[in-house]
Amino acid sequence: MNGIHDMGGMHGLGPVDPTDPGHAAWELRMRALSDATDALEQWTLDRFRYFRECLPAVDYLTRSYYEQWLMTYAALLVDSGLVTEAEWQSGRSAGPAPSNIQVFAADRIDAALADGGWGRRTNGAAARFRPGDRVTVVNRHPDGHTRAPRYVRGHTGIVERDHGVFVLPDTNAHGLGESCQHVYGVRFAARELWGDAASPRDSVSLDLWDDYLRLA
Amino acid sequence: MTDSRDTPGVKSDGISAASDPALRVQALEALLVEKGLVDPAALDALVESYESRIGPHIGAALVARAWTDPAFKQRLADNAAAAMAELGHPPDYGANLVTVENTPSVHNLVVCTLCSCYPWRVLGLPPAWYKSAPYRSRAVIEPRKVLKEFGVELADDIAVRVWDSTAELRYLVLPQRPPATDGLDEAGLAALVTRDSMIGAGLAHSPDQRSGAAP
Repeated sequence: MNGIHDMGGMHGLGPVDPTDPGHAAWELRMRALSDATDALEQWTLDRFRYFRECLPAVDYLTRSYYEQWLMTYAALLVDSGLVTEAEWQSGRSAGPAPSNIQVFAADRIDAALADGGWGRRTNGAAARFRPGDRVTVVNRHPDGHTRAPRYVRGHTGIVERDHGVFVLPDTNAHGLGESCQHVYGVRFAARELWGDAASPRDSVSLDLWDDYLRLA
Repeated sequence: MTDSRDTPGVKSDGISAASDPALRVQALEALLVEKGLVDPAALDALVESYESRIGPHIGAALVARAWTDPAFKQRLADNAAAAMAELGHPPDYGANLVTVENTPSVHNLVVCTLCSCYPWRVLGLPPAWYKSAPYRSRAVIEPRKVLKEFGVELADDIAVRVWDSTAELRYLVLPQRPPATDGLDEAGLAALVTRDSMIGAGLAHSPDQRSGAAP
């Protein structure tokens, strides 16, 4: 979706503040709630990202990061049926969770931490591109979830690396299947994206799914 | 995907009228515990792991090994998971990790313009600025200006390579090894590797900066 989350290349959002205040206790708690409820396997990371993108734009820009997560997880919990709208509104339980839910226990943390390969699959559609290919990002503006930012659509770059097969967010976020396919590291000259004001030496690389690309 | 029938109605109200997010998170936790959906002991253990188990020390150890062992650096570039397993990490820990190396002619900078993807398994939870709208919007279009705001001034003849983490690959910058560090062992070198230098928003410290508190 062409939402406020798709920020690459925007002006006017202010200077970067390089200081780091660290995390408040409630922010770490929210982060823990996210991991513990993700583990209930009622939604995917892609769906989480999509739900966050659906926050009202004003909230996206003005609420703190973990407050956005709070709103996003509330929406995921209600959407999945684990929590009712009335429970979220009141903060009071109207009944226990379904008995088939496997609550995340502390002894699963090591295994969760060990698996750094989220989204990878061994099999998927055959690769249509190879390193060295010139590819153009398809000019497509879906109103659902996608990971092709606006600033590269219609632009041409070079495939530098085939990262292997991954789940496609565009379908997975919407419960429409994994559509497993190759993801490529594609390098774009900064001038291709931003015009002559950019340095001729600079470039931007993105990781893009097979479906996002066509041969240039 | 063009039919988003399942567009969620994300609401900013709910969990009482309390406006303090700390109170609202507390209320959400209480609700989920009461419903039997989360175990508070698991939450405690998760917080403990963010605070003391994961962090930039993991990335710094990789960088220090790469500085001292060119063959390791190559293995890290070819297959980060296998290289990390050599340092005792689980086999899939670095499965989606990609390392990019700064050189005298190339400077790398990592961003996630679409959300806030970050190599937390090797750097810990991201700093606030990495998740901020100014950084996400500007790092791709004016990286040299952004770097200047971090105190990193690059000569025109150095190429800037920006990496926008749009998929599940996570990028770790190998900063350049500072001069006058020949006498240091791996632990001494790792102490020079700042978090920001592994994002590309800073440089590794020189030995005389080492006691500084910069991130």
